[in-house]
Amino acid sequence: MMENVVGLAYIVAAGLFVLALKWMSAPATARRGVFAGEIGMLLAIVGTLLRHEVIDYQWILVAFFLGSAIGIPLAYLMPMTAVPQRTAISHAFGALAAALVGTAEYYRQTPHGFIMGALVFETLLGFVTFTASLMAFGKLQEILPTRPITYRNQNVINLMLLGSAVVLGVLLVISPEQRWMFPIFITLAMLFGVLLIIPIGGADMPTVIALLNSYAGLSASAMGFVLGNNLLVIAGALDGSSGFILSVIMCRAMNRSFTNVLFGAFGQVQVSAAAEAQERPVHSATHEEAASLLDAASRVIIVPGYGLAVAQAQHKVRELYDLLTKRGVDVSFAIHPVAGRMPGHMNVLLAEVDIPYDKLFEMDDINSEFAQADVALVIGANDVTNPAARHDRSSPIFGMPILDVDHARTVMVIKRGMSPGFAGIDNELYYMDKTLMLFGDAKAFLAGIIKEMPVPARV
Amino acid sequence: MQSLELSVYVFMLAAFLGFELIRRVSPLLHTPLMSLTNAISAIAVVGAILITGEKDASTLSRVLGFIAVTASTLNVVSGFLITDRMLKMFKKREPRKP
Repeated sequence: MMENVVGLAYIVAAGLFVLALKWMSAPATARRGVFAGEIGMLLAIVGTLLRHEVIDYQWILVAFFLGSAIGIPLAYLMPMTAVPQRTAISHAFGALAAALVGTAEYYRQTPHGFIMGALVFETLLGFVTFTASLMAFGKLQEILPTRPITYRNQNVINLMLLGSAVVLGVLLVISPEQRWMFPIFITLAMLFGVLLIIPIGGADMPTVIALLNSYAGLSASAMGFVLGNNLLVIAGALDGSSGFILSVIMCRAMNRSFTNVLFGAFGQVQVSAAAEAQERPVHSATHEEAASLLDAASRVIIVPGYGLAVAQAQHKVRELYDLLTKRGVDVSFAIHPVAGRMPGHMNVLLAEVDIPYDKLFEMDDINSEFAQADVALVIGANDVTNPAARHDRSSPIFGMPILDVDHARTVMVIKRGMSPGFAGIDNELYYMDKTLMLFGDAKAFLAGIIKEMPVPARV
Repeated sequence: MQSLELSVYVFMLAAFLGFELIRRVSPLLHTPLMSLTNAISAIAVVGAILITGEKDASTLSRVLGFIAVTASTLNVVSGFLITDRMLKMFKKREPRKP
């Protein structure tokens, strides 16, 4: 009887997870999706607690309490600019849970055959994702150096490490009784996770985070095979495919092949291109000049990038948006898929300051509009605006889809200095005659523009 | 073996369903989407509970299970809450000023 109730709870939970993703597709229904997910999770947990195998509740309840005590403040106190870090650390926790369950299952029942294969897969992905996500967290939080760290034969070493972990995994599947191999297998997996992220630079983080999301899901799905539980298989598969699609989208937005990402051979600094960056004249402008240009414009497109998040400038962007809209200027936002440090990062920041989401446009929808714009205002974005991607075959970012800001009548770029972006590539946009460089911190410069904005004649 | 085969079918269909559903998600919502799927993948809590709550579980199982339940509860709670917090901020039009 009780087993039937549990089975039913699991089936309904699986259905609710599917609905949660379906409702997530549009902003109007998205919150309903979260609710469906919550009910699904509640059913899954209560159903599991009711199972006859679960006898000892003491430690489970303590863990529930502890997890909630950390989780609730984490959700409410985390500033929106830190969302990528939070996502990375939660991938780490999710993967750790899957990996530890796999480990415990191994020592408990030492399965054979296909089940052992799934268990090896689960723990391998789980531990790799655990340390990789911790590293990603460290880089995003700037505890670790954010620039890519490369050394000789990096890929060879990484592949050899992964190779030996896989070989040990296969040996474990063949003879699961050889318990001495398991700790070595775990150590190799964790080490590989660390080394995988070392060469990753900030601009590649969106792809990496999406990929880790996928791995964490696949690990949970593998656990479903180990435990013979289809709810886990389904939830993990949904998460796995979601992360996979997002990383494919990110890859396309950077014109990288998918194998390139899978083998971690990305994030290499292209020093050669930066070396030839010579002293070329740029035009710079003051707060006042920028303000009067914006005031005279009738269409302005704002291009936000990671610099906006770093400077926490979203509130000033909102003030400028209000000021310009009041003057009858049409302001829209152009968002490159890889702007920021995770998929959709910029959208969340702009939503935080109540910018209506119908003013936020994707690259393909807005690129043709730049030609009609009087001003394109680039705030803390670099490589995604570099026209070299369109025509310069020697450029490392050649072929990457970019925002056509150079088609606007005037381009204004708020930037701290002339240092090249993450990829170390000089941006030829900055040397164009129509480009005005606004040197300074994004937040401070926007405040300056707002202050200098001429008194409106029309009101 | 029968049920294992079934699970493979289930995995395949769920993965395809996932692809089709996620492809439709507007890029606008990619960040909340990722935190939602992250919360859902904390379903690992099911396995963690089974290991921790087992009668006469070994100390190793209990310790690993305890950590796993804590980590996945943390993900469930913070994942759903922060997704909702983000989604609340997405508004179509200006809130009308009184």
